[in-house]
Order: sequence, then C-alpha cells, then structure tokens
Amino acid sequence: MLQLQYFLILAAALFCIGIYGLITSRNAVRVLMSIELMLNAVNLNLMGFSNYIDPAEIKGQVFTIFVIAIAAAEAAVGLAIVLAIYRNRDTVDMEQFNLLKW
Amino acid sequence: MQIAEGVQLVTFAILSILLVGAALGVVLFANIVYSAFLLGGVFISMAGIYILLNADFVSAAQILVYVGAVNVLILFAIMLVNKREDFKPLKNGWIRQGSTAVVCAGLFALLSAVSIVTPWSISTVSPLASSVVPIAKHFFTDFLLPFELASILLLMSMVGAIILARRDFLPDNLGATSTQDSLTLPERPRELVGK
Repeated sequence: MLQLQYFLILAAALFCIGIYGLITSRNAVRVLMSIELMLNAVNLNLMGFSNYIDPAEIKGQVFTIFVIAIAAAEAAVGLAIVLAIYRNRDTVDMEQFNLLKW
Repeated sequence: MQIAEGVQLVTFAILSILLVGAALGVVLFANIVYSAFLLGGVFISMAGIYILLNADFVSAAQILVYVGAVNVLILFAIMLVNKREDFKPLKNGWIRQGSTAVVCAGLFALLSAVSIVTPWSISTVSPLASSVVPIAKHFFTDFLLPFELASILLLMSMVGAIILARRDFLPDNLGATSTQDSLTLPERPRELVGK
C-alpha cells in the first residue's frame, strides 16, 4: 500500500536537487529549470496531502492548479529577463551578472 | 482506486526512479539541451505520479501546461541564447559545490525525518471517482477571487514578457538594410553594459 511518506520523501529529494542546481549552476536558463523543479516538488507535496488527508474536498489540487498557472507566468517573465540580460551583456554566465553588486 | 496495490507500488517505484534520475540529469548534464529534454521527462513522470494520487484533471493540466508550454518555452530560450561559451572556473569553486551538496543532503535528511516521524492524520474517506466536478465547484465558489486574479496575472506576465524581450527596430533603416542580409534583423546598435 502506498503511504503518504513515500510521496513526501520523493518531494523532498526533488526539492533538494532543485536547490543544488539553483545554487551551483552557471547557466541562467538552467537556474530557471531548477526553479521549475522546486515548484514541482511543492506541487507533489500539495497533491499528496490532498489525497491522503483531505480526499473529500480536494483543496490541495486547487492549490496545485494555481501554482501551475503562476509557474507558467514566472517562466515567461524569467526567460524574457534572461534574454534581455543576454542582449545587454552577451553572456549567460550567472557570475558575470554583477551590475547591482557594489 | 481500481488498480491493485502491488501494481501501484511497482508503478510508483518506476516513476520515482525516472523522476529522480531525470532531475539529477537536469542539474548535472553539461549540455543544456539534454537538460531541457530531461526536464520534459521530469514533468511527464510527475503527471504519472499525479494519476497514482487520484488526480486526473491536475495530471492532464500538468502535461498541457508544463510539457506543452513551459518546456517548449525553455527550448526556445535555449535556441535564442545559443552561445557556446566555456565558463571560466571559479576560484575555490569546489568549496561552493561541496558545501551546497552537504547543505542539500542535510535538508533532505531533515525533511525525510520530519515526514516519517510526524503522525499524519490520514483520512479514511474513499477518494472521489472524478476530481473535475469538485475542482470546478471550488473554482467558482470559494476560490473565485484567486481564480480571476490568476487570469489578470497571466495577462500582466504576457505583456511584461513581450515588453522585456522585444527588440528595438530602426524604422528608417529597414528598407536600406533588408537588401544586404535578409537573415539578420535590423537592430539598434548598443554598447554592452559594464564590460
């Protein structure tokens, strides 16, 4: 029988992989992909709780749909920002995006 | 759920292995095109896990929005910033990677311990046959305001993305430059900032 804990541990693993990619990757597009991984981990938590703790009125699934909508908006704006920075700086290296750094 | 429990367990094992392997590939591959396609694999296996959790509508929405829109958008962004550059290795870069790995492993251990130790109040209500009608009821009764706000947010993000990513054209030079090279868009020359 599938337990709630399996899904929570899987979501934790996905979230930690996302954090590792977010901090260590140099390519700006890969940073956005890591953010998508973390959002998916949060979605998996919401869906697990919705199925195991609140199966009568599934509010967790409603929350997941809102998170999916906001993630789509975030991806569009984030990739537009990456494109604008690439046109200005001619690189996608995160270490060279230091205009606001003293 | 109509599926037998052993089949559920095997399916969950296969999907979770696919999910974690593809996520590690997204983070660790050197070629970013491989990472983008593996990200599609992550999204698809996540949709399979949603089906195991009795959520048919969210699974379909996951495939439509993530695989159909976000992944394609990321692939287009990779093609637009398609510059092969070798990043200069950082001084003491291994310290950053090692400490990040240690912190992430610790966070994973902490989250796993919390999710195992905590006594969750598991409900014994049998899951719904279809999740579409309850989700629609939530959207149009108690979640009506966030639902409408999400549409406004999507409109705002669409306009913002267009404003941020458009090019500055030179309207007076369009006729002159279009004859010499039809494959390059005429663009206002600008100096690189801070280099």
